[in-house]
Amino acid sequence: MNDALGEPQSVLVLGGTSEIALETVKALPRARIRRVVLAGRPSPARDEAVAALTGVGIAGVTAVDFDAKDTGAHAELINSIFDAGDIDITLLAFGILGNQDDAEADPDHAIDVATTNYTGAVSVGLRVAQRLKTQGHGSLVVFSSVAGDRARRSNYVYGSTKAGLDAFAQGLGDALHGSGAHVLVVRPGMVRTKMSAGLKEAPMTTNPDVVAGIVVAALRKGKETVYAPGPLRFVMAALKTLPRPIFRKLPN
Amino acid sequence: MSAVSPLRTTGEEQLLTGWGRTSPSLARVREPRDVADIEQAIAEVGPRGLLARGLGRSYGDAAQSGGATVLDMTGVSAIDLDANAGTLTAGAGASLDDILRRIVPAGFFVPVTPGTRMVTVGGAIAADVHGKNHHVDGTFGSHVRRLGLLGSTGERHELSPTGSKRECEEFWATVGGMGLTGVITDATVDLIPITSSLISVDTERTPDLDSTMQSMVAGDDRYRYSVAWIDSVHPSGRGVITRGDHADISQLPAEQRPSALNYRAKVVGTAPPFIPGRLLNKLTVRAFNEAWYRKAPQRRVAELQPIAEFFHPLDFVQDWNRVYGPGGFVQYQFVVPDSASEVVGTALRTLQGVGAPSFLTVLKRFGAANPGPLSFPQPGWTLAADVPASVPGLGRALDQLDELVAGAGGRLYLAKDSRQSPDMLARTYPRLAEWQAIRDRMDPTGLFTSDLARRLSL
Ligand SMILES: Cc1cc2nc3c(=O)[nH]c(=O)nc-3n(C[C@H](O)[C@H](O)[C@H](O)COP(=O)(O)OP(=O)(O)OC[C@H]3O[C@@H](n4cnc5c(N)ncnc54)[C@H](O)[C@@H]3O)c2cc1C
Repeated sequence: MNDALGEPQSVLVLGGTSEIALETVKALPRARIRRVVLAGRPSPARDEAVAALTGVGIAGVTAVDFDAKDTGAHAELINSIFDAGDIDITLLAFGILGNQDDAEADPDHAIDVATTNYTGAVSVGLRVAQRLKTQGHGSLVVFSSVAGDRARRSNYVYGSTKAGLDAFAQGLGDALHGSGAHVLVVRPGMVRTKMSAGLKEAPMTTNPDVVAGIVVAALRKGKETVYAPGPLRFVMAALKTLPRPIFRKLPN
Repeated sequence: MSAVSPLRTTGEEQLLTGWGRTSPSLARVREPRDVADIEQAIAEVGPRGLLARGLGRSYGDAAQSGGATVLDMTGVSAIDLDANAGTLTAGAGASLDDILRRIVPAGFFVPVTPGTRMVTVGGAIAADVHGKNHHVDGTFGSHVRRLGLLGSTGERHELSPTGSKRECEEFWATVGGMGLTGVITDATVDLIPITSSLISVDTERTPDLDSTMQSMVAGDDRYRYSVAWIDSVHPSGRGVITRGDHADISQLPAEQRPSALNYRAKVVGTAPPFIPGRLLNKLTVRAFNEAWYRKAPQRRVAELQPIAEFFHPLDFVQDWNRVYGPGGFVQYQFVVPDSASEVVGTALRTLQGVGAPSFLTVLKRFGAANPGPLSFPQPGWTLAADVPASVPGLGRALDQLDELVAGAGGRLYLAKDSRQSPDMLARTYPRLAEWQAIRDRMDPTGLFTSDLARRLSL
């Protein structure tokens, strides 16, 4: 339960090695945190994430095995996490960028991206929502992307998964309205992370800790949608109105 | 595959908060009319358990429980006055408001009333509330002769402080037990006989905190009722002490004697439903406090005041908790022993330091503690201050105050708490484990739970 000053006690990260999610956990007020569950595939990176959060003084950080594509295992996993105690904040932060050229050459790769980013998120998102509704409180933060606002030639497979995820998360937020639970959709622009390493930087590229700060502030205010950085809202609004012949020709 | 119900909410589900309007959670609210209805609710309980709620005047998350069944007890409200015995037997959902309307004209007063009469008997017992007479009469729980309690299997307990050892334990675990031992159905309490509905009040305006405290130490024993309002935004911590006793009918002017027991308690206004968060700021509070301080006479003795004016001035404005705006507010109330009286001043300065505007800051001396392991009062000073939850830096400042209070052997009041840590609670209620053992015996399956209980691992 968040306390009266908005301090959470428990956090679940789906995609437990996501840099943005980990920065978000670090940016949360931590005096009352006593349980952080990092759900992700077993890896040295996951162990490092546990160590990193513990290292900055966050209490009760543990890891559990979670694979976004293994939807058959989601129900049991989510139930076991919530059976052990209420979760105040869930960060749905897994996703892969994939490679557009590979996806076009090998649709199996596109399916991989779609299953992880969209199907996996729908599966786990609904199960989390069910438990939030049962406990009567809690926030679900869904990391969407500006790439979902309008799919671009250069990465439309990824963009379409985020468009789907974004629409799903908005609908879920409406479904949970009045249930005590709440969904925050976060639309970051380009963020300097492992995922974007090697890509050419877009304008307004930002850092994970900046996104984290925006997420924590938005949670505090009970917002439903937030761009990171904030002014991207206007950029995307403008981009969405561009006629397709022009949009198509924009540099990547 | 387990069948999953749709994410729909039904009509009986309600978002609940405490008086501070922070941290809402959704519960299935049922409105029992009698004991049979409560038994049925217990029989039909879901996996998230059950909690009784009175009038929701606790500030934090004590009377809410996300996902659980919450019983709005206000329909269980029969009032039965036994004038010969000087006792009242009331349903747990009866409010002190209704009770006073009934008993004052008959020549009785409740043994203890908090600063609002909009509380139920069940809430008064479960939080073991105190009033301006704590230094003389103790808590509400000290005047309960017996109570009826429904346990987790729906079994009926009759508990009294004079029963067997086991009954005594369960009685005192329920008094101050924040609804976690079961559902209180009704109680019998001793009343105070009165011959008039007026209070003879002495008022004293003090130039600073030290003189307030000195005057209270020196003079409280001469009065049944005593409390000081503190101007928390003024650097001196100046205040107004009001102390009084029930006026005997002989103290009234002759023409008023025939109506000596008349009781009036009207609501004169309602706070508008939406108030922007910024309305209450340092300036408005300073202006309010200045006016409140100036309104009090330097010194006045034996002024006759009606009960409502003396005990429940806040009740004149309905829903006044909305003045803090949509962000809600917290009330920080602690007690420290006399040996640590300096904590009072430190607390006031700390709250001033973060710029927390509080127009309701109240100081009082407590008398002896009662046997309840979770009962809040203990001898010493208690300070209560309202603060908007949105004040930046409030969390850290209050955490620091917690340290000070705990280090001084003090503690926080659960009926007001909405933010302390489980460690703070365990450290400052040394009899917590004893209470938990009795509670576990009474409710082995943990049926009775609340957001407060989960937050504090109670
Ligand atoms: C303006 C104001 C002034 C106040 N002044 C004082 C004061 O001077 N002194 C003081 O001590 N307190 C004071 N309080 C706090 C208040 O007296 C307590 O919080 C009291 O418990 C509120 O009663 P309620 O009926 O609203 O109970 P709720 O707030 O609804 O519930 C409080 C607790 O009691 C439990 N409970 C309620 N009914 C039952 C039942 N039938 N069976 C079992 N458990 C039950 C609930 O589960 C919860 O844990 C004040 C509050 C306000 C708003």
